[in-house]
Amino acid sequence: MTVESTAAARKPRRSSGTKRAGAKTASQPKASEPQLVQLLTPEGERVKNDEYDGYVADITPESLRGLYRDMVLTRRFDAEATSLQRQGELGLWASLLGQEAAQIGSGRALRDDDYVFPTYREHGVAWCRGVDPTNLLGMFRGVNHGGWDPKTNNFHLYTIVIGSQTLHAAGYAMGVAKDGADSAVIAYFGDGASSQGDVAESFTFSAVYNAPVVFFCQNNQWAISEPTEKQMRVPLYQRAQGFGFPGVRVDGNDVLACLAVTRAALERARTGQGPMLVEAFTYRMGAHTTSDDPTKYRADEEREAWEAKDPILRLRAYLERESAADEAFFAALEKESEALGRRVREAVRAMPDPDHMAIFDHVYADGHALVDEERAQFAAYEASFSDSGAGAVEEGK
Amino acid sequence: MAVQKLPLAKAINESLRVALDTDPKVLIMGEDVGKLGGVFRVTDGLQKDFGEGRVIDTPLAESGIVGTAIGLALRGYRPVVEIQFDGFVFPAYDQIVTQLAKMHARALGKIKMPVVIRIPYGGGIGAVEHHSESPEALFAHVAGLKIVSPSTSADGYWMMQQAIQSDDPVIFFEPKRRYWDKGEVDTEAIPGPLHKARVTRTGTDLTLAAYGPMVKVCLEAAAAAAEEGKSVEVLDLRSMSPIDFDTIQTSVEKTRRLVVVHEAPVFYGAGAEIAARITERSFYHLEAPVLRVGGFHAPYPPARLEEEYLPGLDRVLDAVDRSLAY
Repeated sequence: MTVESTAAARKPRRSSGTKRAGAKTASQPKASEPQLVQLLTPEGERVKNDEYDGYVADITPESLRGLYRDMVLTRRFDAEATSLQRQGELGLWASLLGQEAAQIGSGRALRDDDYVFPTYREHGVAWCRGVDPTNLLGMFRGVNHGGWDPKTNNFHLYTIVIGSQTLHAAGYAMGVAKDGADSAVIAYFGDGASSQGDVAESFTFSAVYNAPVVFFCQNNQWAISEPTEKQMRVPLYQRAQGFGFPGVRVDGNDVLACLAVTRAALERARTGQGPMLVEAFTYRMGAHTTSDDPTKYRADEEREAWEAKDPILRLRAYLERESAADEAFFAALEKESEALGRRVREAVRAMPDPDHMAIFDHVYADGHALVDEERAQFAAYEASFSDSGAGAVEEGK
Repeated sequence: MAVQKLPLAKAINESLRVALDTDPKVLIMGEDVGKLGGVFRVTDGLQKDFGEGRVIDTPLAESGIVGTAIGLALRGYRPVVEIQFDGFVFPAYDQIVTQLAKMHARALGKIKMPVVIRIPYGGGIGAVEHHSESPEALFAHVAGLKIVSPSTSADGYWMMQQAIQSDDPVIFFEPKRRYWDKGEVDTEAIPGPLHKARVTRTGTDLTLAAYGPMVKVCLEAAAAAAEEGKSVEVLDLRSMSPIDFDTIQTSVEKTRRLVVVHEAPVFYGAGAEIAARITERSFYHLEAPVLRVGGFHAPYPPARLEEEYLPGLDRVLDAVDRSLAY
């Protein structure tokens, strides 16, 4: 049974959902914290919002179904990758489970000429950019460190050291401004990364140079085992004010709100109004990675409370409420989802190990005498294991 | 005039000016590089002539300087960033080592990182703490970076041109105590390869290999040794990554003795790498073990002690004598 079919089988229960959402857990917004921007309640009711409604006025039933499809397929891909790790096909996987709305909402707000700097968990954004999902798996299988061409989809390589890419985004955006282009840049990072000095420096640089960049923080409440209390004493989005640009907290499990808020932030960037910080308040429903064990540091009740706010169930409830999708749509999507899972499985299993000599490839663009020397020495060493000389390299594969 | 007599700082300044003039993608970034022209005036007058959009005074954040330079390079620019002093580079070490050096390989060659990081380095100017260090080995250890250091005005001019044209990240260590030394620069010359060592003085009895600020000391030592009848060859290595081992090997197989000299601490320094490789390459040619002269395994001392700390003429000659005594 797939994750999606599990999700589809359950209906959001308004009463229990409300009760759960109200349960006291460490990561709930505190009473003193301001409201987050929300256009869809966890029960799938559309909430009016004077500031942001205009940014989703063009959304049709068809585009809603598109967002739903994006989220379902992303979750399916993610679940498949987790399974592939359990089967030993991947060394590691960082699941985005629970963060689909934040990623699809923000990802679908982007134009082709915008440029994305992801962390290592932006599988949903990659999907929106048209990056083949199987490309994302190479680094988790250990056949490369990324390897896709960032320029093809304006989607940079995954960055594993947290926060580093926010500076690349600020610099790229400085370049966009120099070029006089009206493209925008979006930098993804998390609540844990917000403690990194590079994130603070990227805020400073982008503010000082009025760079067209949106800082999109997915506050998923947990930095591996550390709750947000270990990273911050004020709500994250409020930090922006100290750097001289606006910050906003959005319901990160509400795909419509994420789309609206990101569109607004991108519009600011495009029109020369500089950076903006978006804090998507969401939840990492799975483990940090397949190597993690969340039972050691967080309670099941907290996860259950967030499951009631599931981004996919929420949009499904809205689609059904609005009669914007019928059973045929959901059934077709289920089929498509299965096909995607199968394609990913097959692609990963067919992924060849790199040639031994790939160690020495692309260390430098213009070459380096030492790399050349070591490559030749290693080739000779490998060849020495066979009577037929160079044939040993082939057999070694 | 194609040939001018310029101090090293001015030669680099002229080189940067040419780069800004010929390639609109070249940017200068750093702390105080604009109106002030840098604390050593290496970028003097460039902002006035090329504007604040090309010669950019940055916030005082080294990681931010290098991190945004990476982003600008991804956008198609060729940033030349200044780290104000050697000891200030470490906040940027993560961006340099973890991001800049590896980006080309991570993308399987699909993106390039034409970023030059200029670092005034080394001692001898009576500075306070963190202003006199020689951290080149910490960078040479990292694959993906290229490390060079000019010792003359001509090299300052031409090596900077080549570093900016390189599609790889280049860390350009400028010997700050030589900034005011004048030398001839032929701006119409055809420069040799960036990473090739140069025989600066020929000799037959022993080879001194050095780079950056120590080349001058080695030339003085060779002159002093000549008065005692010893013929010392001096190599200016010019590049610490890659190192031109072929030129060193050729010299050593002639002189049969090698002393490597640098300001940086001897322990794990460039001298250690050169000694190991030359021992492998030229074992049967050597009449003496490769000796090293350099800094001690101690923090760079207060200025009143730097004359004792820095390898000077006598320390180099002492090593020459020890080698010849084998």
